[in-house]
This record gives sequence, structure tokens and C-alpha cells, in this order.
Amino acid sequence: MRILRDDEAGRMTPGQEAAAVVEAVLADLPRNRGVVVDSPPGAGKSTLVVRAAAHIAETGEPLMIVAQTNEQVDDLVNRLATDHPDLTVGRLSASGYVTPSRILAHPNVSVAGKLPDLGDPAVVIATADKWAWIGDRTWPWAIVDEAYQMRSDKLLRIASLFERSLFVGDPGQLDPFSIVDGDRWAGLSWDPVQSAVSVLLRHNPDLPVHRLPVSWRLPASAAPVVSEAFYPFTGFRAGTEHGERGLELTVNGMRTSYDRALEEAAASGWALYELPSRHTVRTDAEAVQAVAVLAVRLLQRAPVAHSERGSHRVGADRIAIGAAHRDQVAAIRAAGVPEEITVDTANRLQGREYDVTIVLHPLSGRRDATAFHLESGRLCVLTSRHRHACVVVARAGIPELLDAHPSAEPVQLGVPVKFPDGWEANQAVLAHLAKHRITAH
Amino acid sequence: MSALTALARLRAIRDGVAQPITTVRHCHVAPQPMVFVPLALSGEAAAPLAAMIGTDPGHPRLLVVPQPRNRDLRFAFTAELAEVVLPYVEGFRKDTETVERRGGEPYERCLEAPQILVPNRQGAAFVGLLGRSTRFRRIDGPYPVHPSVPLLGRWLTYFADRSQQPGSCLLMAATEALGLHWATGQSGLEDANLATLVSWIDPPAGMTGAQAALEAEDPLLWPPAGPVTDPGFDNEVLAPAVHAYEEAPTEHSVERIAQALRTQLDPTWRLMWRAVELLRALPEGTRVRERWETDRGSFTRFTERLAEGGPPQARRDGAVGAAARLAGLERARASYDVQRAYDDPLVMAEYRLTGEAFAGTVTAADPEHTEGEGRSRKLRPLVTVTTADPVRQAPGTVVGSPDRRGHAAEIVEISGDEGVEAVEVVLKIVKGMGRGKSPTPGSVPEIGERVTYTSLTDDFQSSAALPDPELTPWTHGGPPQEYVPSDEDAQEEWS
Repeated sequence: MRILRDDEAGRMTPGQEAAAVVEAVLADLPRNRGVVVDSPPGAGKSTLVVRAAAHIAETGEPLMIVAQTNEQVDDLVNRLATDHPDLTVGRLSASGYVTPSRILAHPNVSVAGKLPDLGDPAVVIATADKWAWIGDRTWPWAIVDEAYQMRSDKLLRIASLFERSLFVGDPGQLDPFSIVDGDRWAGLSWDPVQSAVSVLLRHNPDLPVHRLPVSWRLPASAAPVVSEAFYPFTGFRAGTEHGERGLELTVNGMRTSYDRALEEAAASGWALYELPSRHTVRTDAEAVQAVAVLAVRLLQRAPVAHSERGSHRVGADRIAIGAAHRDQVAAIRAAGVPEEITVDTANRLQGREYDVTIVLHPLSGRRDATAFHLESGRLCVLTSRHRHACVVVARAGIPELLDAHPSAEPVQLGVPVKFPDGWEANQAVLAHLAKHRITAH
Repeated sequence: MSALTALARLRAIRDGVAQPITTVRHCHVAPQPMVFVPLALSGEAAAPLAAMIGTDPGHPRLLVVPQPRNRDLRFAFTAELAEVVLPYVEGFRKDTETVERRGGEPYERCLEAPQILVPNRQGAAFVGLLGRSTRFRRIDGPYPVHPSVPLLGRWLTYFADRSQQPGSCLLMAATEALGLHWATGQSGLEDANLATLVSWIDPPAGMTGAQAALEAEDPLLWPPAGPVTDPGFDNEVLAPAVHAYEEAPTEHSVERIAQALRTQLDPTWRLMWRAVELLRALPEGTRVRERWETDRGSFTRFTERLAEGGPPQARRDGAVGAAARLAGLERARASYDVQRAYDDPLVMAEYRLTGEAFAGTVTAADPEHTEGEGRSRKLRPLVTVTTADPVRQAPGTVVGSPDRRGHAAEIVEISGDEGVEAVEVVLKIVKGMGRGKSPTPGSVPEIGERVTYTSLTDDFQSSAALPDPELTPWTHGGPPQEYVPSDEDAQEEWS
């Protein structure tokens, strides 16, 4: 049972606080052309989207929902169709899309490549890329999910489709990117490589911006760390108290450094498995090996997770390994990680949730700290996917590396300063991890 | 830096000479390029100081601004520059060919296009700045200029914009063109110095590249390739000469400045033509021609736009223009990367290392294999390729091959361990074998044939349409204001 505690200041419980924000968002919707909701990791963004969709559908007006990837669309369709079985949902897809079984199972969902083939559902969902091909109709309402991941040129292609819209996303995650240099447009209010929300807000500074205040995913051990490092001015708190979550390793270890790292993570929510300082290639064989062994060892220790939802065995499907580069992912995969464990780059772990994550630190073994590796969103994604514990594998010497490479990006005129600074966020996370350091031997 | 380039750089250090990192040339070198070496007044980004320009290595034209702080002299310089550049550029307009295209009207395209070569990236950027400072100038009203100046501005802007397009060769920086083909034993920053770069690639007899490059760092022997000048020269030679011109603006004092600047420009001028020769000596890649055709098409469209009397290019891209340009650039980038890999086994080797491509020998083939029954029966030849490359592709991936145009296959199965010459990849050919019952001869690889397959493909996927600029939505600031030329243009901060 959750301990609900109101302190003397009359502070609301996490649940009350989150509910109040959702109410305020729904109340603002009809009053504004656009409403923006910032959502820290695991703060119930999908719940909000489903709730708002149902709220709009109740009025009887058609609604379009925009997500960024096919997986996100399928997740949303599934949530919406499960929570509201009487709501008709249409899913627009590109050619070559194979409908997953979890979508086919819903009788209230139709899938088609063209709008007329969907019938006339209350809600139509598709990716931004797909929506860009749909013309000749205007929806009174739209919800844009993961709007901070969306590049503004994509919004430009679809903005004429709707009259008013709710934009939901996580400002702390990775910014959209381009394979070409976008300096030419730096400082322009409609810079096409900026996120949809930044461009929207620069042209419409009066739009209301709400913020979901509670992370239901991150445990009490992680929420303050992630909040201070990556959301320094807006902040959020955990939905659970210390002691409400627990990770128990039911098989005894052998006092190896791997075991001690896992025990530290189980006890405190964090562990830094530190390899000796060395400059290495990107696919650092020792670090890759350590990541793989930690994953295998974790499964061998038969972890059980206790939380406000009850207790369950942590299977391989509840564990993820994250890295910065695709070749690192391939190398970790090849090092003998069980099939069911997710191994992926930060970009593709966005929006996902696991019980335990193992992270290969983006700066481990590097000789330089480039803008790519310093991007705060990358580390934020990697360190905020877990419900219970996060183990970071890194070579020693990253603080010194950071000190030797202060951010030296040229300052562009007219570009709003972006917080948090990646360099500072990296330092903050490392400072915290240092308290949970286990040295490899 | 990729693994192979890093290796080539290490070898360059060991052997003391730059190493080729390609087997063919990936840029077009025109039969008659125009070399343009601009110099700017130090401390002023867009103030021209001098230029050496021309299409004949033996007869460069030297243009100077005796007092670069004087606005009138600057525009006199740009008018002179227009006298050289405009006839060259417009000379390509006359001869055209008619291009047929599927699903569209045939159109005219110039048979050749101009190519301007500058020493380095900053030189290309200076072309853009010069274009910006001249294209809005008016031939009447306050501060009138010669009619050729705004036209030159539009051309320079066009060239600078186009040079950002990956794979375009209308305006090229020599250091970048050379750097694309050779790896040296110096840092990337040092590679931006044309003199040291050429020294590494083609050192004089009896010297290693490293020794020659060290010598080339001396600004007295090899003055900077511009647009920035050597501070020593500025202080000791240029400043007194300009001062003397201020005191007495005679022909003699102008000649003194011109002579001084000639010493700064002449070595770079010679280096530029050496770079052209070095590039010409490489065999041209197959797809370079296609990209040059695109350049010619772009050039033709711009001449037409000028003929129609459109306004000068806007100062900044509008919301729709920026998005359209970004889509075009991304498309060109992806296409350029794929085309280079298809043209060049050494570039493809990079992708083989990362598992995005594999090369091997055909060990089994079933060219008559079919799928489906009755009317839906389709020819789907099967080919097994044995390779020692790491194959990091999932079954179901569609792969193309540089060996055959229009050929595509799907990976059916991957078996065996990598690294022991034993990975077997079963491929199903899905495209490019004709419509008959049996495949067109030569369209299916035969047993024993050496083949390369890669998941990089240059399939054009057009992006969705953008709104008309006048329909720019509220999220992006609404419709933009129309540009109306006014006397305000002359008031722009441009010093």
C-alpha cells in the first residue's frame, strides 16, 4: 500500500498534484490554439494523451493524433483501444507496414493506407511522416505526441491539418538532428532543424506550457538525480517514497566485482562499474565484455522487484542495455547477451521503460568530448529508463576528460540558451555515481 | 574519422607522403575551370582587398582595392570582378541539349556549366559574403553601383549556396577536393592549409611530404591562401603601401600595392593549378557525370530565373524555403554517400568494416528459382555468397550491388561464424533480372563470381509536399512579408 503523506505546508500528494495538472491542461485546451505539456521521464505522458483523446472524443469532434515512429503509434493505438473499447480508432499506415497482433486483436481499431478506407473513426492516428501525405481535410483537434523529438519542418508539413493542438513531449530527451549542417538557419525563429515545440513557442510565446510534476517510473533514488541534472529549473519528484521500491537478488553472489556492483545497484538504485582509465576504440572490448557479463550475471542472481504494483521476477524482457553508438550496440550483442534483453542506442530507447538498465557511458575511454557525446539528452535517456536500478559501466577518468573539454561550441546569435548544459549535466551525474563506485579488478 | 582513413593517416606519417583513400575521383573537374583566389582586409569580414582570377594558368588577372576601407573603391573592384566572372559564366548559356524525362515535359539543359575553384572553405564562404554585400545594391538612388555589380552578387550567392550541396562541383574548395582523395600525416586543421596539403600529396623531389609541409608553413615562402592575409605582410608591407596611396593616390602608388599583393597571391595561384592537375590525374568515378548533370540542370534553372527577372535571393530563408532546402540537402547527402561507395571499392570497404556491406564469392546459385503458384508465380533466383566480412544485417533486408545497376536482392538467411571465411548469405534476387521465365543473361551472379552487396541504396523517396510560402501556418509565424526592393537596402550594415 502506498503511503500518502501530506506535510504541514499542505503539500499535495504526488497523485493529487499530477491530477491537478491534467485538469488544468484539459481546461486550457478549448481556450487556446495550442497547449504544450512538458513531461519528464515516466511522468504519465501516454496516460495524459489517452485521457485527453477520450476527453476530446466525448465532445463528438474528430481528432487526429500524431506520433513520431510506427512503434509509438502502435503503442498509442493499443493503449487507447484497451482503455476505451467503445471508441473507434483508425490507424493510417504506409505501404509495407505489417500490423502487429496486439493491434489486430482490437475490434474497435481499423487499419488502412488511405483516409477513406478507415471508415469514419473518432480518432485517427499516424506518424508525422504519414500525416504529411494527407491533405484536403482539416481536423478541429490534434494531439502531437513526442513533440520535442519532432523536427519543426515536419510540423510545417502538417500544421495546416488542424485548428488547435495539444503538444506533449519530454524536453530533456535527445533533440532532433539532421545529417547536414544546419548552421545556415541558426537563430531563425523557424529553424527547420529545431524541435517542433521550440519553433511553435518562438512564434506563439503566449501559449500555455504545463509541466507534469511527478515521475511514476523513476524510483525515489533516481528522480532527484535526474531532475537536478537534466531539469534544473523545472524539476519533478518521484511518485513513490524511499523504501517503496526494492530490488532483491534472490541468488547469492560470489563477492566478485560484478556481484558487488549488482548488489550496490540493488541496494541504492545506482552503481558505477569502473574500469581502469585508458583510451580505447569506440567498441572497447573490456567495457563491452563487462556490460555483457553484468547482464548475464544479473539474470543469474534471479532478481525480484518489489514495488507499489506488487512483486515480480525481473525477466530478461525487463532489462535493457543502452549505449551511444550503433557499433557499440552490435558489439555488446555479439558479446553474448541473452536474446530477450533489449540492447539499443539512446535514440531508440527513448520513451521505453525497464526494471533495470545497464548503460555503457558515452564518454567511457574517449580521448575527446564532442558535442554528440556531451549532449545532455543522450545521458538523460540512458539514465532515466529504469524503475528500480541503473548500472553504469565506464572507464575511470571521465571527470578529467570533461575538465579538459569544456563546451566550445560557437555561440550563435538569436538562439535561445538551452538548459541544461550537457557538460554540467554530465558532471552532476558523475558526481552522484561516484558515491556508488565499484572498481573492477 | 573512419577506421580506414585513420589507418591511411598513420601510413602517411610512416611513409612521409599522403596516402590515397579512394581509387577514383569523386568530383568533377571542368575542362576550363575558373580559379579565384580572393583576399580580404583583415578584421573586416566582407571587405575585398585583392583577387587573382582567370581560366588560364599563364595569364591570371590581378584585381586590387588600393584602399579597402573606401566603399566606392570596393564596388569598383566588384565591377571589375564582374567583367571577368560574368562573361565566363554567361558563356555556358548558349549551348543546350533537350532532356526527355519520364512523366514530364522535356526541358533544356546547358551542355556545360561554369566551375569556380577557390583555395579553401573560407574562400567559398567569402564568395557568399561578397555576393550578399553586392546583390542588393541599386544602380540608382543612394550609393549607385555599376549595373553588373548586383548581377554578380546574385551569381556569387548562387555559387556559394550551391557549394553547400553535397556532391555539387560548381564552386569547389581545393583543400576539400584534395582532402576527399588523400589522407595526410597532419591534423585536419592543418589540412585546411593548401600549401602544406599539396606538399604532403606531391612533395618536391628529394623531400618527404612531412619535410615539404614543414617548409610550406613559412608564410614568407608560402603566403596564406586567403582570404585572410599574413599579419606580418599586413603590418610591414601593406599598411605602408596603403598609407602612401592615401597620401598620393597616383598610378605609381596603386602599382606598389598591386606588386605587393601579387607576391601574396602568386604562390597560391600556382598551387591551385597544381591541385587541378593532381585531381585531373585521377580516373573519374562513374557517377560523377550524373552529379555534374544535376549541377548543369541547376545552373540552367538559375540562368532562366535571372532571365525572367526574379528578385535577388532573400537575405534569409523563409520557413518554407528553409524546410525545402533542408530536404534537398539531406537527400543530396544520402545520395552522395551511397554513390561514392558504389563507385569506389575503397569507400565501400568502410561499410564492409561496419557490417553495412559484404563482399564475397558466389558458391551456389539457382537462377531459375520461382515463388508462388499459377499467375502469381514469380521468378526469384537464389544465390549463396560466402564471405569473410562481418555481416550485420537481418534477414529480410533489401540489398543492392555496385556490380549491377537496378539489381536488388533480399537477404534470406545468414549462417556460419564471421572471421573464419565461412559466413554464408543466401540472397533472393528481387529486381533487375527481366520479366521473362528465366533471368536476362548476366543479371544473376554466377558461381565463382566475386560480388559485393550493401544495404545502402540510392532509392529516391520524395518527401511530402510543403505548403506554399503564402500559406505558412501559424505555428511557423504565418505568411511572410513580400520583399520589396527599397533604398533601405543600401543602408544595410555592411562594413
